[in-house]
Amino acid sequence: MDPITVIRSRTVVMPSTNIDTDQIVPARFLTTTTKEGLGKQLFADWRYDAAGQPKPDFILNRPEAAGCRVLVAGRNIGCGSSREHAPWALVDFGFQAVISTEIADIFRNNSLKNGLLPIIVDEATHAWLLANSGVEVEIDLTTSSLKLADGRSVTFPIDGFARYCLTNGVDELGFLLSKDAEIKRYEASRRA
Amino acid sequence: MSAPKTMFEKVWAAHEVVPQTADTPAVIFIDLHLTHEVTSPQAFSVLKSRGLKLRRPDLTLATMDHATPTRTEQVFGGAPISIESAAKQIRQLEVNCAEFGVELLGLQDARRGIVHIIGPELGVTQPGKTIVCGDSHTSTHGAFGALAFGIGTTEVGHVMATQCLLQKKPKTFAVNVSGRLRPGVTPKDLILAIIGKVGVSGGTGYVFEYRGEAIRAMDMEQRMTVCNMSIEAGARAGMIAPDEVTFAYLKDKPRSPKGAAWDEAVAYWRTLATDEGAIFDKTIEIDASALEPMITYGTNPGMVVPISGQVPDRRGDAVFDAAMKYMGLTPGAPITDAPVNVVFIGSCTNGRLGDLQAAAKVLKGQRVAPGVQMLVVPGSQEVKREAEELGLHEIFKQAGAEWRESGCSMCLGMNGDTVAKGEYAVSTSNRNFEGRQGIGARTLLASPETAAASAIRGRVTDPREFII
Repeated sequence: MDPITVIRSRTVVMPSTNIDTDQIVPARFLTTTTKEGLGKQLFADWRYDAAGQPKPDFILNRPEAAGCRVLVAGRNIGCGSSREHAPWALVDFGFQAVISTEIADIFRNNSLKNGLLPIIVDEATHAWLLANSGVEVEIDLTTSSLKLADGRSVTFPIDGFARYCLTNGVDELGFLLSKDAEIKRYEASRRA
Repeated sequence: MSAPKTMFEKVWAAHEVVPQTADTPAVIFIDLHLTHEVTSPQAFSVLKSRGLKLRRPDLTLATMDHATPTRTEQVFGGAPISIESAAKQIRQLEVNCAEFGVELLGLQDARRGIVHIIGPELGVTQPGKTIVCGDSHTSTHGAFGALAFGIGTTEVGHVMATQCLLQKKPKTFAVNVSGRLRPGVTPKDLILAIIGKVGVSGGTGYVFEYRGEAIRAMDMEQRMTVCNMSIEAGARAGMIAPDEVTFAYLKDKPRSPKGAAWDEAVAYWRTLATDEGAIFDKTIEIDASALEPMITYGTNPGMVVPISGQVPDRRGDAVFDAAMKYMGLTPGAPITDAPVNVVFIGSCTNGRLGDLQAAAKVLKGQRVAPGVQMLVVPGSQEVKREAEELGLHEIFKQAGAEWRESGCSMCLGMNGDTVAKGEYAVSTSNRNFEGRQGIGARTLLASPETAAASAIRGRVTDPREFII
């Protein structure tokens, strides 16, 4: 995974509350055996009409969404299914960060493992971001800070280890594999 | 004497390979990894691309459930699996399991079924274990006092390669359920009421422990229904302390400990319950005796009302308005006015034998209303066999319902068992999200009893009209 330190982008706002992973990528697309190409199915049931044509008024189909790498979602994104296809689809589409006031546990974990930053902000910042779609933001992972175009800067919580892995491009599997001696010791003493 | 501990803290501490530090999460050992066709292929690919072995095939069990057909001819030959990509995924799991030495209870195996139903059936789900699966309803296994939670596919790969996960310690949340459920009110109604109270994100960051008289009075299948939906309140895991009911259920299961190992295991399991005086980070109280049958009216499992109640009227609230637009229900109208086109009985929430018995009790001698499609999908081939031994399938078929092979089926509609656009489904499954059961499908979550009663009347119906 490439190291991530700073993300600068305009935002896309999807103000819906409780965006679940079934919306991010519907179950019928989960019969894939690879990670690639899921960006086409991102928000499929909101994004395309019955004939499979893009709905022109849906935010991700609008010209101003092109090239945006930061998604501002309504309260509590990622609830429901554990499908990692949700962050795979967001990343494949081009997103590098998701901002909300609450982010569901499994989705947050899955996002961190795919270089998609799950960023939790306070109510006031969230309200401002929701009201200012398309605004330029800068996310600095080294300082856990989110800078807004009006000059304000807020910090966001992120697990220190996850931050270390993301900023250094370290993958967690490598870290776990390095604990082989400890795992062997545990296995030797473990209840059958 | 050491400080009193919660059950979660005991199980967690027993699995710390490396404890959490200020800079690193804990390395937690996993006792049982359940896997299935949908969330495993990309994890096997990681093992292959990095030249890694699957560390503990003996602690890994695979089955197929999510994308599998439920039509007998597609399961047992004679007809091809109708969805080509699903067939490919099923074949891929067979190939991967063979290559990595993983035991697979495959499509035609008599022990196959929904992964969260076969774990307990086989007796591999046991108190005190850490259990993971690439599926959020892994919380089901917490009914035995296991720490069981869903993971993503990257973590599936971590467990395959190391039998461990990097985890930050979650917080604890006591859900105290006093009193007893009244007749006609089921564990499904209780968990829906809990989700309604806690909210769909109220449990984020926590592990639930369900406690109290109503929980102790439940059998294991009922406890599994409760734990299954912990994730719908945001909690990755929900646990119930093991007791005599747990031990009686596990005794003589095919893979339960035997002989002296059984006695030793039970002695250990008895130490797991939360100590008197242990502190939870959060607590709520629910009075089971005050509950009615519950049913959802909206597009998340927290949007729930008692069956004698009305669709709420919160017009002006964006979440509510969006849900009403999708569901096509009238704010303020009795929920029993809601029409029903499809009834689904099954899923890891309510696809066990007791659920089918409860539905059959309502349906016996009755007919499904004209125009209503009713699908009964046992949670496993073993549940199917037991139900057929009891003649339940005849009751369902005589009522006009379809009787299928086991699988996740219409809970998420991956295998082609779907609800048509705009139709109303009363479903015993766990999610009423937009499109969950099919594009434009409108789901109302309820108990097997409520689903069966609603099938008979062709509208949402209080099951107590039939069973009290």
